[in-house]
Amino acid sequence: MPQSAERVLDHATLFREPEYREMLARKRDTMECPASTEAVAAQSDHTKTWAYREKNLAREAVSINPAKACQPLGAVFAAAGFEKTMSFVHGSQGCVAYYRSHLSRHFKEPASAVSSSMTEDAAVFGGLNNMIDGLANTYALYGPKMIAVSTTCMAEVIGDDLQSFIENARAKGSIPQEFDVPYAHTPAFVGSHVDGYDVMIKGVLEHFWDGQERSPNDKINIVPGFDGFCVGNNRELKRILDLMGVSYTLIQDASDQFDTPSDGSFRMYAGGTTLADTAAALNAKATVSLQHWCTRKTLDYAAEKGQETASFHYPLGVGATDELVMKIAALAGVDIPAALDLERGRLVDAIADSQAYLHGKTYAIYGDPDFVHAMARFVMETGGEPTHCLATNGTKAWEEEMQALLSSSPFGKGAKVWAGKDLWHLRSLLFTEPVDLLVGNSYGKYVSRDTGTPLIRLTFPIFDRHHHHRFPLIGYQGGLNLLRTVLDVIFDKLDRDGDVAGETDISFDLTR
Amino acid sequence: MSLDHENDAAFNEALIAEVLSAYPDKFAKRRRKHLAVAKPAGADADAAPGEEGHLLSECDVKSNVKSIPGVMTIRGCSYAGSKGVVWGPVKDMVHISHGPVGCGHYSWSQRRNYYSGTTGIDSFVTMQVTSDFQERDIVFGGDKKLAKVIDELEEMFPLSRGISIQSECPIGLIGDDIEAVAKKKGKEIGKTIVPVRCEGFRGVSQSLGHHIANDTIRDWVLDKKDTGFEPGPYDVSVIGDYNIGGDAWASRRLLEDMGLRVIGNWSGDATLAEMERAPLGKLNLIHCYRSMNYICRHMEEKHGVPWMEYNLFGPSQIAASLRKIAKHFGPEIEAKAEAVIASYQPLVDAVVAKYRPRLEGKSVMLYVGGLRSRHVVTAYDDLGMRIVGTGYEFAHNDDYQRTGHYVVPGTLIYDDVTGYELEKFIEGIRPDLVGSGIKEKYPVQKMGIPFRQMHSWDYSGPYHGYDGFAIFARDMDKAINNPVWGLFDPPWKKKDAPVLQAAE
Repeated sequence: MPQSAERVLDHATLFREPEYREMLARKRDTMECPASTEAVAAQSDHTKTWAYREKNLAREAVSINPAKACQPLGAVFAAAGFEKTMSFVHGSQGCVAYYRSHLSRHFKEPASAVSSSMTEDAAVFGGLNNMIDGLANTYALYGPKMIAVSTTCMAEVIGDDLQSFIENARAKGSIPQEFDVPYAHTPAFVGSHVDGYDVMIKGVLEHFWDGQERSPNDKINIVPGFDGFCVGNNRELKRILDLMGVSYTLIQDASDQFDTPSDGSFRMYAGGTTLADTAAALNAKATVSLQHWCTRKTLDYAAEKGQETASFHYPLGVGATDELVMKIAALAGVDIPAALDLERGRLVDAIADSQAYLHGKTYAIYGDPDFVHAMARFVMETGGEPTHCLATNGTKAWEEEMQALLSSSPFGKGAKVWAGKDLWHLRSLLFTEPVDLLVGNSYGKYVSRDTGTPLIRLTFPIFDRHHHHRFPLIGYQGGLNLLRTVLDVIFDKLDRDGDVAGETDISFDLTR
Repeated sequence: MSLDHENDAAFNEALIAEVLSAYPDKFAKRRRKHLAVAKPAGADADAAPGEEGHLLSECDVKSNVKSIPGVMTIRGCSYAGSKGVVWGPVKDMVHISHGPVGCGHYSWSQRRNYYSGTTGIDSFVTMQVTSDFQERDIVFGGDKKLAKVIDELEEMFPLSRGISIQSECPIGLIGDDIEAVAKKKGKEIGKTIVPVRCEGFRGVSQSLGHHIANDTIRDWVLDKKDTGFEPGPYDVSVIGDYNIGGDAWASRRLLEDMGLRVIGNWSGDATLAEMERAPLGKLNLIHCYRSMNYICRHMEEKHGVPWMEYNLFGPSQIAASLRKIAKHFGPEIEAKAEAVIASYQPLVDAVVAKYRPRLEGKSVMLYVGGLRSRHVVTAYDDLGMRIVGTGYEFAHNDDYQRTGHYVVPGTLIYDDVTGYELEKFIEGIRPDLVGSGIKEKYPVQKMGIPFRQMHSWDYSGPYHGYDGFAIFARDMDKAINNPVWGLFDPPWKKKDAPVLQAAE
């Protein structure tokens, strides 16, 4: 009997005990009618070949382990970055349970959102009553200052019109006349979560800006984009901007919402861009996006309103941070403070200290388009080679932009860009053209296991490691954290590959 | 059962009145019917339906009706009930999330249905396979794409034994004929293809998805081929055990040790063959009644296979269930069951001796899904803990009837509870532990109340069987007696520190 009260074994070890191994072998042999061991081995080997890779890359219809989510997730995340705002997703209710779970699993924090709980009758007659009743209940129960409405694909397919529904609900007294209810249509069958983020931000801005007179000032708006590291990153960003003495408004800041303290009370709402600041942001001189591919429509809208715009790709590392800092300084008309010179120098110093372990390392990088761009750039900065750059939600235009980035450096020479491909494609790529390191999120752990490529978890979602998102990746200080995360995986692998005493431990070095 | 305490009915009634006061009138009235305090059982307490044993209370709430819009229901949808619960764990089939990318993405690898096998080669549980609908698929229909998806899956995964098509919301709205595609392609590739109409807008919760999934097993899996299986006298199928954290394996050991042959496990770690042969079994053992009673009733009617509910949480129920199951097979199996129970008694005694003193008298509130809101009650009771409130996301009336066998009068009962209600109930009752899901975990913990996820076992498990009971006891102890709960107040603001016990 393997189990005991003294040493309780759970799933991590229990099923390796002989009793369970024998039982599972017996189950397989007598009850499962499995494919033969030989067939499994043969197919397993076949999936590692170029022939399989070609068939895999020729897929046109099925998506296998795609690294993207759907629009409303981005909209719910976006709404979480505004003061006392409740997300209201119009459509089927199961979707909202999924978004909330997804965000909670990553942040290890509460994630609040409501659904209009449409069912079969609403599919036939439309969801107007669900909107009317739903807004009234949300307003009464959860005391929000703003309700941000987005849609599931059910509401989109039947063609519910948010604007008229919301006005109807207002007329019926579900919410006060002046209550703020921005909205965005977020069909799941178009784009991905990064687009949902974009249209919800635009929806919020339209709600506050349309019909208002703009009287320009010297402030800068900054839109961070969909970022699972917002907790660490936004705080770092604000620190840098304060250091520079820039007058700014972060448009959408979920850093406090997804990082509330444990002190005995549950805060449904925390932090976020105030509604007053959001409205006043119309007058800003410029709107700067930290993630171009998350904010295309938002930036167009800001430009329409007469603001200067600029966008970045999730600035990671030295060069990307330099560009951000210089652009902000230029827009705001401030000097870059000496403190940033020091921070920059420290990051460069750290990279120099570790360059021998980084130079020539090959990487596969996947994630959202801006992240992949940023990471490829950082890798090349350290002398690494971003061999495979993959974004399931990357477009043709993204692919071209990536090609331009890669051809700007000798370290990008052999690199390939994979727009629209998924993680089952990536598996084939890593078997046929292996790399040293894989950069992505928790979903990468299957490819990592199958191909033996160490996984560096640096982007949303990270379910199976805790608290990474609390530390910044952007800026010079964030760069140190990023660098250390990469190096830890490199050093851990070196040690793990040489940790059998008397056999493989010749270079089990104390100092590296 | 030592469920001899009583909960404070008057206090709980007041709590209900308080939460309802926050709603607009129309909805206060509707929610009122879903909230109740368990009443003392009536005169016919010993002749109650469902599981055997004395009825302790009556849990009379309205259930299985639409959620109110805008209230933060914790429920999911039909797709979650079919793909997420019933079909997803079948390991040698590829399950297509048919429609846009999100549903399959959020449910990817999240239910911890353990399985043995080589993922992507002969097993496919922890994969997200989707037709990733684009606007053109909505406009022009997705049937052609679906046919192509199936062809490509054959190319990628030739060792799969079949395919299920899990419909997402748009499928039913745009009028696709997935049944026709399934029939045609099934013939072409010579494999089982199951079309499932589990669009998320159908029904009011996960529950209809379970039912629809059961019906598709009936219509597309059973009686479709000669399984070539040689039945034996002690063949049982385990139904409604999803092998979360290995639950079904901890259960299987006990059933095998008492001389039974488990010819299939539905659907955790299941292969298609295990499901196909179930009609040849002697008895269907059903753990999650809510999600799979339909197929048991079908096999009873059509194939004459009787079914029996059982409960493998905690030693009291394990012993009672093993005896009940053994009785069905006669003295030889009964003797073996007694031997199994006896062989584990020292483990049970040691676990209870170690953990009961650390947990005695602690109060628990539960809010889970299909069976655990009642099934785990006695496991807590075995450790000296008492349930002060419980409720279900998607139960039906027969579940609440069965709940009366487990909870005492005065217990707060909440059906399809809203985020607002649950928070207020927990705030009011301040139990020592809450067992619910990921969406509830962090709000509760921030209130300073220990919490365990009771869907995923909070990444632990198994909790079934004797091996699982030891883990269950350890986990509850870890949750309640962790020192972190004493760190909430800064020393300069300190109130009374809770009494903690160091880990042993």
